Amino acid sequence: MTTETITKNQDVPDYNYEIVRMFVIATCFWGVVGMMAGVFIATQLAFPDLNVEPYLNFGRLRPLHTSAVIFAFGGNALFATSYYVVQRTCRARLWGGDGLAKFTFWGYQAFIVIAAVGYVLGVTQGKEYAEPEWYADLWLTIVWVVYLLIFMMTVINRKEPHLYVANWFYLAFIITVAVLHLGNNVIIPVEWLGAKSYSVPSGVQSAMIQWWYGHNAVGFFLTAGFLGMMYYFVPKRAERPVYSYRLSIVHFWSLIFIYIWAGPHHLYYTALPDWAQTLGMTFSIMLWMPSWGGMINGIMTLSGAWEKLRKDPVIQFMVVALAFYGMSTFEGPLMAIRAVNSLSHYTDWTVGHVHSGALGWVGFITFGALYYLVPKLWGREEVYSLKLVSLHLWVASLGIVFYISSMWVSGIMQGLMWRSYDDLGFLNYSFVESVVAMHPFYVIRALGGLLYLSGALIMCYNFYRTIRGDVAVGEVDKDGNPRQPRNASQEGDAALKPAE
Amino acid sequence: MKNPFKHHEFLEKNSIILLIGIILTVLVGGIVEIIPLFRKETVIEPVKGVRPYTPLELAGYNIYIREGCYNCHSQQIRPLRDEVTRYGHYSLAAESMYDHPFQWGSKRTGPDLARVGGKYSDKWHVAHLIEPRDLVPESIMPSFGFLMNNGANLDMRPHLETLKIIGVPYSEDMIKNAEKDAKAQAIGEPRGDTTGLMERYGEKVNARDFDGQPNMISEMDALVAYLQVLGTMVDFEATKDVDPSTAETNMASKEE
Ligand code: HEC
Ligand code: HEM
Ligand code: HEM
Repeated sequence: MTTETITKNQDVPDYNYEIVRMFVIATCFWGVVGMMAGVFIATQLAFPDLNVEPYLNFGRLRPLHTSAVIFAFGGNALFATSYYVVQRTCRARLWGGDGLAKFTFWGYQAFIVIAAVGYVLGVTQGKEYAEPEWYADLWLTIVWVVYLLIFMMTVINRKEPHLYVANWFYLAFIITVAVLHLGNNVIIPVEWLGAKSYSVPSGVQSAMIQWWYGHNAVGFFLTAGFLGMMYYFVPKRAERPVYSYRLSIVHFWSLIFIYIWAGPHHLYYTALPDWAQTLGMTFSIMLWMPSWGGMINGIMTLSGAWEKLRKDPVIQFMVVALAFYGMSTFEGPLMAIRAVNSLSHYTDWTVGHVHSGALGWVGFITFGALYYLVPKLWGREEVYSLKLVSLHLWVASLGIVFYISSMWVSGIMQGLMWRSYDDLGFLNYSFVESVVAMHPFYVIRALGGLLYLSGALIMCYNFYRTIRGDVAVGEVDKDGNPRQPRNASQEGDAALKPAE
Repeated sequence: MKNPFKHHEFLEKNSIILLIGIILTVLVGGIVEIIPLFRKETVIEPVKGVRPYTPLELAGYNIYIREGCYNCHSQQIRPLRDEVTRYGHYSLAAESMYDHPFQWGSKRTGPDLARVGGKYSDKWHVAHLIEPRDLVPESIMPSFGFLMNNGANLDMRPHLETLKIIGVPYSEDMIKNAEKDAKAQAIGEPRGDTTGLMERYGEKVNARDFDGQPNMISEMDALVAYLQVLGTMVDFEATKDVDPSTAETNMASKEE
């Protein structure tokens, strides 16, 4: 069959893959940038001479790292996959035309650059994960509303009667992030021509609103959105239906309901009233259940296809991601017990928890989805080399092990040193003694980060070769068959692209 | 109810209803936890002494945010025995009520700063900020020497006006004299005249040449003025003191 006959086929809508390709490239680019920033700030904590005042000081670069990995890497990955998934599962081309979709692409990249330049120049609201100042926030609001519109209208135009579960999660992610963004950015600029603003709420109120936002940035950006990704790409790659439809309903609604309440676990023992802390603790512990519901639904999707787990490194990425998701959502409720939090809060334990979720879950599920997606988008049968995918998996996993185990040790050590008393009732350690004790762990963490970054670079190389059309001849594919050099007749999905 | 999941089909087929359902579901928790906090009298304990920042201190607060000090320092002492021993009286809600936004932090790469005011001399702070390792060789804090060469923002009037709109009780008098007060505080007696400043903000205000550069009012002046007032406002004589041994169970919010 020629390309022409297929694109004319009425059953296969003419999807907008161009926009997905753009977001995929942006995901890889910002992933590398954000991880490089992570490695750099990790090294600064071990070797403070690397601070270059004023622009490259730790205090200005840390928000650069968190924004680059969460909003730039994670955000672009969510845009890419949501645009792909919503088209495929609704059997409808993206609503609003290619121009509107491109607007969300360039608009979002512009937001990232505006925010990042601001941080380096010292323009920040000083609220974690909501650092961009008012003008960047306004711009993001516009882009986000267009995103919601495109997504929602595509859903409404669907040719499938049922809306597939992945889309519920994407929808919850998009709409809730909009609510959170507006709720946490009630600010008033000092001058219309200046960058500086003040947050309208202050003190306790601003703390509660910030962590309502902050925790749900985790819950809806880093969890619900990526669960949407999981619900499409795991079944696709495993070629199995989702394990349990009922479980997905129960865990979807309970997850989004319970998450919102858990914000106060960032504010234990502070001046926040007791009742709010108790509510936060109760719901945080309950959150364990819907979280594991998602993990079980993902992993059990492989039941009956366990041999794929042995052979296919892309499936391995996804399964390890789910395992880390399970781990960090077990650790989270544990840390949300007030007595545990009295030790873990303010320490590197939190940072370890963050990165087991961020590197293990968010990173790995994204890598898995990208390895599935890139060959499809560029009309290749498979990525250039599955051996390199395996290498990425091992290098990155080793990196995570270095990262989180060093942070567990340093975090718990920090917590214990701070509260340690001698026989006479004096504190055993000065603060700076705890700083000194952290040094070796900061070095190990930086090495772990470097490994993780190397993995991402291996992935980029693999994609580069895939897009060029290279095939690692001599390797076997995911079903164990020897791989053949590329020839046109194999490119099933290429034909689905609109003729160019 | 034979199969409760049957009804879910309705949502899957009506995406607008699904969208509304999601919005309603996610609004509940936030409403219940946030709205009651705006009855401030139930949240913020009545204590004596907390006042809005002077214009110079406010400029310092802004530098603190700009440089991302909050990424490494908390300003929230928890009512736990070791924290009270190490840092002083646990933090009260009233102490951050004029912080737009709060600076409680979430990570202690460096020590808590909620009560650092008065702990060290200005000279110490200036030398420490210029090169932390000169004073604490093992420190991993970045250096901020450039603050010595940057002129502080003295044009604080629009800032006070903005904060007044959102509830900080700056008087007309304070707003009118914002720039004058900022200068007076960074120069101090006898070279400057601090009578107006003290009238407006109280006798306890620190007014002196913080950075040791008499020829210039630098960002260092502003930042050190801010650090030196942290945790010093509340009049603890007039407030019941904390007993560290029971502190662990004694929440800040419970203190009257
Ligand atoms: C990389 C993290 C980091 C950043 C960013 C940082 N600090 Fe520090 N800070 C530290 C560490 C570690 C110490 C403890 C060692 C020392 O005294 O230098 C410290 C100590 C301090 C102390 C002494 C506290 C005491 O009780 O002994 C002050 C004051 C201070 N920092 C102020 C600041 C200010 C103001 C800023 C922003 C301009 C800032 N710090 C930014 C890490 C940081
Ligand atoms: C190469 C890999 C990475 C390295 C070396 C790295 C390193 C770091 C470092 C050093 C910090 C500051 C910790 C501190 O203040 O003590 C940090 C914070 C953070 N990073 Fe990363 N990071 C990496 C990847 C990621 C990724 C992929 C994500 C998210 C998807 C992420 C999310 C975060 C978040 C949310 C924080 C703030 C944590 C907090 O406030 O507790 N990081 N990272
Ligand atoms: C059931 C699920 C979870 C619960 C109950 C939970 C709970 C917690 C707790 C108690 C803290 C420490 C707060 C503190 O002491 O300051 C925390 C921090 C954090 N968690 Fe989780 N967690 C969960 C899942 C996740 C997942 C899956 C991720 C990520 C990808 C994540 C990302 C974070 C981040 C970024 C922070 C640091 C916030 C900050 O201080 O800047 N969490 N979480």
